[in-house]
Amino acid sequence: MDVIINGERRDLAPHTTVAAVVDSLTETTTGIAVAVNDEVVPKASWADTEVTENDRVDVLTAVQGG
Amino acid sequence: MTTQVTATENTTATTGVRDPLVIAGHGFGSRLIMGTGGAPSLHILEEALTASGTEMTTVAMRRVSTQTEGSVWDVLRRNGIRPLPNTAGCFTATEALRTARLAREALGTEWVKLEVVADERTLLPDPVELLDAAEHLVDDGFIVLPYTNDDPVLARRLEQVGCAAVMPLGSPIGSGLGIRNPHNIELIVEQAGVPVILDAGIGTASEAALAMELGCDAVLLASAVTRAHEPVLMASAMRDAVTAGRGARLAGRIPVRRYAEASSPAPE
Repeated sequence: MDVIINGERRDLAPHTTVAAVVDSLTETTTGIAVAVNDEVVPKASWADTEVTENDRVDVLTAVQGG
Repeated sequence: MTTQVTATENTTATTGVRDPLVIAGHGFGSRLIMGTGGAPSLHILEEALTASGTEMTTVAMRRVSTQTEGSVWDVLRRNGIRPLPNTAGCFTATEALRTARLAREALGTEWVKLEVVADERTLLPDPVELLDAAEHLVDDGFIVLPYTNDDPVLARRLEQVGCAAVMPLGSPIGSGLGIRNPHNIELIVEQAGVPVILDAGIGTASEAALAMELGCDAVLLASAVTRAHEPVLMASAMRDAVTAGRGARLAGRIPVRRYAEASSPAPE
């Protein structure tokens, strides 16, 4: 299924979880937040939340700024 | 220039720190809040943050990149510096709300530096979107520190909706133009019941000292340090400037006179 992750279209297996998406991008889970279709997914729900076709997943972290 | 001190300047220490900056009940020993943008490396940033003595530092929220080396988040945790996530890059209240909620989730803090700017060229705050975002974030339980224009009316409105501080600009972000309208900053200070933090435009140490002499409770700056030729040296200069300006404000400057007044006794 097609999913947009951090602005790039990717082909993921069905039933891929948010936790798996995060794992594919970074080794750490601290200082990370996820939004699916602009809605924040709490860290406690990452393992139970599956992404679906055409979802927009954004995985963010703190960077230098301001 | 007025020498009257504000209510927030006389706040009793609750943390054992002499003359603390108190925001939303939290005491800070340092009145210099640092930003992290523009540093040539994480190593130099860490040295500059240490030299500045800052206890709170802004970070931005951006998409995870596999190219990113090191983490500013790790730098802050290693040095016991409180992160102040910002909503930089947001042009609408909706965007700012989303970014603030993501930052709260990522960093585990309800504090947010609220930035909602009108355009890329000036990076000036959009007052309508800013006030809207501030009201929603306060309702959502955030400790909101808004980056605002040097407009006393807008500052008052931000305080009225429950912001924990107001952060008027001295001049546009990164411009180094200093404080273009000291009179407005004084007006904001005079009326404020929450801390006033001069945010943006500082170019050099004397301007940070001036902000404190005008009665601001703290100074927030980044580029003046991170883009200085010697960032670590400038960071320590800013630390000293904020301390000096605070002392001068509390001491009360002499009145400005049109003509001389002898300081030696007249001859017999």
